[in-house]
Amino acid sequence: MTEHVATNETILVVGGGISGMTAALEAAETGKNVVLVEKNPALGGRTSQLYRYFPKLCHPVCGLEINQRRLKNNPRVRVLTLAEVSGIEGSTGNYTATIRIKPRYVNENCTACGDCERAVEMQVPDPFNYNLGQHKAAFLPNAMAYPQRYVLDPAIIGSADAEKAKAACKYGAIDLDMKEETIQVKAGAVVWATGWQPYDAKKIQPYGYGRFKNVITSVEFERLADIHGPTGGKILRPSDGKEAKNIAFIQCAGSRDENHLRHCSRICCMASLKQTHYVREKYPEDGKSTIYYIDIRAIDRFEDFYQKVQADPSVSFVKSKVARISEDEHGNPVCWGVNTEGYKRYTTPHDLVVLAVGMEPSVKGVDIPGHIVADSSGFIEADPANGAVFGAGCASNALDVNRAVQSATAAALRAIQVVNKVAKAEA
Amino acid sequence: MADIKVAAYICKGCGLGERLDTDALVKIAQKDGKVPMAKSHDFLCSADGVAMIRNDIDNEGVTHIMIGACSRRAKTEAFYFPSNAVARANLREGVIWIRPDTEEARETTQEMAEDYIRMGCAEVKAMTAPGGNPNTGSSKTLLVVGGGVTGMTTAIEASKTGYPVVLVEKTGELGGMAGKLYKRIPVHEPFKSPADTGVADLIAQVMGDSNIKVYLNATVAKTDGAPGRFVVDIATESGATHTEDIGAIVQASGFTLYDMNKLPELGGGQSPNVVDQLGLESLARAAAAGDGVIRRPSDNQPVKSVVFVQCAGQRDPTGTHLAYCSGTCCNTSIKQAMYFKDANPSVDTTIIYTDLRTPGNGEDFYRSAQEKGVIFTKGKVAQVVPNGAGSTVKFHDLILDDTEAAMADVDLVVLATGQVPNSGVDIFAAPKESEEGAVEVKPISILNLNYRQGPDVPQLKQGFTDSHFICFPYETRRTGIYTAGPVRRPMDIAQAREDATGAALKAIQALENAELGRAAHPRSGDLSFPKVRLEGCTQCKRCTVECPFGAIDEDEKRFPVFNESRCRRCGTCMGACPVRVISFENYSVNTVGAQVKAVDIPDEFSEKPRILILACENDAYPALDMAGMNRNEYSAFVRVIPIRCLGSVNTIWVTDALNAGYDGVMMMGCKHGDEYQCHFVKGSELGRVRMSKIDDTLKTLNLESERVRDLEVAITDIERVPEMINKYAAELVAVGPSPFKGF
Repeated sequence: MTEHVATNETILVVGGGISGMTAALEAAETGKNVVLVEKNPALGGRTSQLYRYFPKLCHPVCGLEINQRRLKNNPRVRVLTLAEVSGIEGSTGNYTATIRIKPRYVNENCTACGDCERAVEMQVPDPFNYNLGQHKAAFLPNAMAYPQRYVLDPAIIGSADAEKAKAACKYGAIDLDMKEETIQVKAGAVVWATGWQPYDAKKIQPYGYGRFKNVITSVEFERLADIHGPTGGKILRPSDGKEAKNIAFIQCAGSRDENHLRHCSRICCMASLKQTHYVREKYPEDGKSTIYYIDIRAIDRFEDFYQKVQADPSVSFVKSKVARISEDEHGNPVCWGVNTEGYKRYTTPHDLVVLAVGMEPSVKGVDIPGHIVADSSGFIEADPANGAVFGAGCASNALDVNRAVQSATAAALRAIQVVNKVAKAEA
Repeated sequence: MADIKVAAYICKGCGLGERLDTDALVKIAQKDGKVPMAKSHDFLCSADGVAMIRNDIDNEGVTHIMIGACSRRAKTEAFYFPSNAVARANLREGVIWIRPDTEEARETTQEMAEDYIRMGCAEVKAMTAPGGNPNTGSSKTLLVVGGGVTGMTTAIEASKTGYPVVLVEKTGELGGMAGKLYKRIPVHEPFKSPADTGVADLIAQVMGDSNIKVYLNATVAKTDGAPGRFVVDIATESGATHTEDIGAIVQASGFTLYDMNKLPELGGGQSPNVVDQLGLESLARAAAAGDGVIRRPSDNQPVKSVVFVQCAGQRDPTGTHLAYCSGTCCNTSIKQAMYFKDANPSVDTTIIYTDLRTPGNGEDFYRSAQEKGVIFTKGKVAQVVPNGAGSTVKFHDLILDDTEAAMADVDLVVLATGQVPNSGVDIFAAPKESEEGAVEVKPISILNLNYRQGPDVPQLKQGFTDSHFICFPYETRRTGIYTAGPVRRPMDIAQAREDATGAALKAIQALENAELGRAAHPRSGDLSFPKVRLEGCTQCKRCTVECPFGAIDEDEKRFPVFNESRCRRCGTCMGACPVRVISFENYSVNTVGAQVKAVDIPDEFSEKPRILILACENDAYPALDMAGMNRNEYSAFVRVIPIRCLGSVNTIWVTDALNAGYDGVMMMGCKHGDEYQCHFVKGSELGRVRMSKIDDTLKTLNLESERVRDLEVAITDIERVPEMINKYAAELVAVGPSPFKGF
């Protein structure tokens, strides 16, 4: 939270999701200085966009609150938001990272009072809600946003609305002349925790995502269930706003498929099992879930969660890779395929189809600075050739939150080993 | 105690100046709060406002600061005064944002703000800035219990970071379970074939590291002390005991395979040709040492057909065997099938499974097995019948829905039986009545903690060591003791090594913070610690029994002995203490009690009830804040006090409030039970048990039971909490005003 000067005893953490925050905090609480770089305007990453966690069905923002408090109390972590690493030069113990910081148009005077938001009229898509809804062009990224500071969408700059926002702010917090800046940060070691992105469901053509409004992804479904989401926590289908009570979950949408993602994304089975709870929570009388699956991977201690869902009469399981989805005249998505347990054909309409989309490492297709060794799926491998750049969390493997936190804690130690050596050499 | 000088600062920004009479608030701070230096500022969190406060600290000798502005969760960078005692009166999220901006609401809104100023002044005066626990230790040595892959990795990684390690292994050699394997599951591209285990290399690293001291054939006989100053007795085979000073501990005691003799229906123990996964590994090692051919144990004939039975004694909902999945057996069976196929493609290898579980790049390994000709059959094995040298495997074929499916004359059957953690003694288990004739094997303690609450780390329901499972997986309920590897979740070598590395960091962090007198997670860095006035103690032992972290022991006279470095600062001891002799510098019976008493209670004819809310600062309080941000209105009659945990609530706060004429008390804490959400694991549960007995107190006061309400609140309840408050306020109107008003 303060402006310590980065040296080659500093640890640079790239990515401010649960893994990056964990790596940064664990290192800082061991007495190391950290620069934490996040590309979005607030920390929290993809976990902050989840409604509940499996298997406890608790709320991710609960842990986020603790992590934010740890940050607020720890002067060793310097947080840069709207920032992206565009290059890293140097070698173990002596890196220089180039970081591009986009203008926020709001400075530290912001009190998060919301006057600018009320003053403007322009609406822009809300990426926190996967663009399922819109928000004002002067906005707080989400209810739990840290830093708790407003942002102006670049689209508003130059408009009369921007001037309205500026005029509404009594605290001189809005600076319409803010420009993108590039800074350089020294670091002895780097933790690369850029997380994952949902596999682009449009690429799975037979499932009609993008063509049929009532075919959505699992991450979008999280936002529908969340009280902070576009429907205020009601499960309504996008086409007509009708209550979606009969919901299909399609596993391995992109995963375990050589045409898409080779790997199994690990979390999707548990995520769908968890989401059947949302259906029951919102529609206790007549909610109905159907899971189309190849194998249910409720791995290790999650098995009893699976058993509880299996015992729920409102949930049925069909062992099948759905062949295709069509749309009937009522706008209902219809799943076509063969149930391999007994080889029975089915053509089943649902109110809504949720694709359990796979986890693609965010490093894939992204220009990683330096020469990072990754496997064929794009996950960063533990390899001496990576020097002191350590993958953490879902940048390194398809992981759930619990495992991502373990991975991030381990990465923090690897980084500490490097900066301790630097410190020793300099002492 | 050094002289204190208190100053109160009232912000007029964010609409506070328009919605509230801030001049009156300044006067309240002076008159009722008895703070001589009280000021208002148009924009307190601005550089100018903060400079004003900073100047008063530097030049006016201000030690205690009361800020009447936004929530304590907001503008924390601006209001960062770590050397001072600071209280925040939440006038923004807690008052003007939850009240309508109307003429009729103005009076009650102002009263609410005035009370928060009174409360803030009372609180800060009862506080001192925490100075850190002086009872520290400075040992920088890690103790690692267990010499398998997990333990060796922890030791190597800690040593690499610059910390000495003592490693204790109960057998005569390092390597553990992984040391018994022929090969491991691959962890690098192309994920196609079994790989070297790497165990020999790890052993060489450990043995060659002068920073790692290894005790073989040794166990931990006694663990005394606290992080930074553990004293550990290590018993060796010779009978000698060695004592080591230890800073922090990693328990890497691993797993034992589930006993296949408990599965006679699957042929376990019925034939030498039915083996578990470890049995197959030893056959493969024997083969590798010989001609490379895996042979049938009964007659040493080459194996021509082998069936792998997945989930043997696992995923069992009946409670007879393991309820969980061990997560690694699918990959292990694939690997073992490849032992056969790679040596001789003509061997028939069949894996019978219900759900094949090969996450991540395990999928490539699975694909590779299919390419090598391993047969995967979706089915549930009902019975393995050995006859002669062969066996018949009867199963329900789930694809053909054939309940009578069978494979005959199978040379070898491998049961994938799963991992049972070596967790030591389940310290909270109810004593089991042993059945007639059954031989009860008593679990042996791993750590032999000389703690009042028992010798080992608490366990979860399936026998794995406890942790705050999702967000904070390393946090056991024994500070400075971390568990790693299969003792806390079934895992393979790759995961165990990752876990071990993380655990090494946590252990290093714990001993470093213990030396500085700071708390560990979740209040990491907190310098406050429990202080006890022993002269008032009645030796009731409630604090020692309740502490969720086993931090408090008892001396021979049964007085509590606080081990501050084991303490996580939740305040459960303070809540439990009936004579109120336990306090923290900045959080005490007094800091909250003074706030309770500072509230102005209107008389019974005013129709202005007062409701006290004690809200968990981790979840309920942020929920209330976000309700404010969302402008969700709630009653102006409530007064909210954040608390560290429901467990820290002392009954006196509730009785004091009722005696003072409050009409009701709401307690808001986190979910408890198996799916607990309490960051102190047991805090909210203990608080609830304590409060369930409040009815007796109410009876002695002749008050209705409705006057105290215990509520489970989650951080997302931003709509539900205002509804609950408003509903309760309405209910209290029906109950009528408290008879204690005006006394």
